[in-house]
Amino acid sequence: MTNAMELYQMLPKTNCKKCGKTSCMAFAVALMARELTPEDCPPLKEESKYKESYEKICEIFKPSEGATETGLIVHEDLCFGCGNCVVACPPNVANDPYGVGSGNAPRNVHKLVLTIEDGIVKAQNLGECRRFGKNKILCNGCIVTCPVEAIEFV
Amino acid sequence: MEKNYYVCTGCGLLCDDIEVESEKNIVNKVYTACRVGVAHMKEAKGEANFRVDNKPVDEATAIREAASILKNAKNPLIFGLGTSTDETQKLAIELARKTSATLDDTSSFCLGPLVEALIQDKVKTCTLDDVRNKADVIIFWGADPSDSHPRHLSKYSYFPRGSEKQRGWEEERTAIAIDIRKSHTAKICGNYFFQIPPEGDTEFIDALIAALSGKLPKTSYNYPPKKILELANILKGAKFGVIFAGLGLIYSLENLEPVFRLMKALNEKANFHLIPMVGHYNMRGFNENLFAETGYVNSVKFENGMVKHGPEYSVVESLKAKTVDAALIIGSDPLSSLPRSVSKNLLEIPVISMDPCETLTSKHAKVYINTAISGVESGGSATRMDGTKVNFKPVIETAHLSDEAILKKIMEAL
Repeated sequence: MTNAMELYQMLPKTNCKKCGKTSCMAFAVALMARELTPEDCPPLKEESKYKESYEKICEIFKPSEGATETGLIVHEDLCFGCGNCVVACPPNVANDPYGVGSGNAPRNVHKLVLTIEDGIVKAQNLGECRRFGKNKILCNGCIVTCPVEAIEFV
Repeated sequence: MEKNYYVCTGCGLLCDDIEVESEKNIVNKVYTACRVGVAHMKEAKGEANFRVDNKPVDEATAIREAASILKNAKNPLIFGLGTSTDETQKLAIELARKTSATLDDTSSFCLGPLVEALIQDKVKTCTLDDVRNKADVIIFWGADPSDSHPRHLSKYSYFPRGSEKQRGWEEERTAIAIDIRKSHTAKICGNYFFQIPPEGDTEFIDALIAALSGKLPKTSYNYPPKKILELANILKGAKFGVIFAGLGLIYSLENLEPVFRLMKALNEKANFHLIPMVGHYNMRGFNENLFAETGYVNSVKFENGMVKHGPEYSVVESLKAKTVDAALIIGSDPLSSLPRSVSKNLLEIPVISMDPCETLTSKHAKVYINTAISGVESGGSATRMDGTKVNFKPVIETAHLSDEAILKKIMEAL
């Protein structure tokens, strides 16, 4: 995965502020954080001299299109439904301590981030995920507990 | 709202918190179960199937043929039953008594000796719920539950919070894997993975016992003594330790004496329990039921009301020596699972195969009876790997007869 500096190199670097950010560097950081998309930079999108850069940036962000708002991707072909991530996920434990937090079936599905459906983990209610929103942290509870690397954040 | 939970009979873990959505007796969605369980639940298929000599017949003919095979045999072999309910197993024991049969299950070549030791109270054991609530040091020895019992770590042994372990796995539990390869479970154990060479278990046990009493641990394969001492220190500090013994450990030992030695040494310093990693959902049930009836856990031969026991009555030895002249195989596929040199002798004798699935054995059987999948299409009770009794009800209705009903009919026909 690329970093903000690499993205910046591909931007117009004119600090035109049309995207709403104060500089192109700020836009690059916002791109990395997925607050904005490449389309939010009008010159990049419209001017033909940036066409190549625009396509390149779009390419970089393409694989994450299938991902959820927090960038969580489940590789369904790898997951075998052991449920380690479901039981280890901190918001899951906090919202359902006697259900999934204790290794049992969910008792409060509406607030759970991860559940197992047909033997494969499903991500939902991402507003509860610790990687979501303004105060997000780089929680990796579901990644380190997966024996087959079926969960990935992009 | 009280939810309707089912028990999954996909493996020895017997998860009792499975939600199922079904319509018109077809399972559509399964929640909470692992992939093994989902495949097991969705296995159910169409109409009942009876075959004699690979030609479809009706139920009565198949039962009659099966009964006549058993009647004409001097020493039939009854084998399998690891995936049958307690009720079926008790019937099978009665049938074996009636037909002077040799009776055995898969435990004779896997975890049988260990379960026997547990039944006879030779080793301290505990339930999986104790593990969830109290365990702080968990050892997976020669076992890879991530692959064999996918929900083992998440439902009981490592990740869940229990009544006395509320701060979770990062702070309060240590999972250790001892194995010959870096299995999926070993990956989760991270730094606490101890890789030993094949058949190195006995030496490793002795080295560990030495380390527990403060001596320098030595192995012929030069395992770093520092690592063994580090392991011994963790084990010494365990307030509630559990060893999950898998086939990898059992197969590499000539007898169980080293395990007993290790458990004794561990219990002098700390508090350790042992649970066998039983694969089939009711193998332990078979061992317990047979023990209650005869005093042995497997490999028995009934003769004139007497019970004989010995390795010569195990499925492998009796097939090798060709002492059996017919076979009733219930829910097992020996033609696929046993070595060919042994299983090929099954082709020479009439075989009755009772199985919910089409297997290699059922294809070569003289009589094949398609049974209901116990736990999905029929209910009953079973014993979990830790010895806890679990009752379960069918998830869907079916036209198939359960193996219990079929055994009853065969016994009536006899």
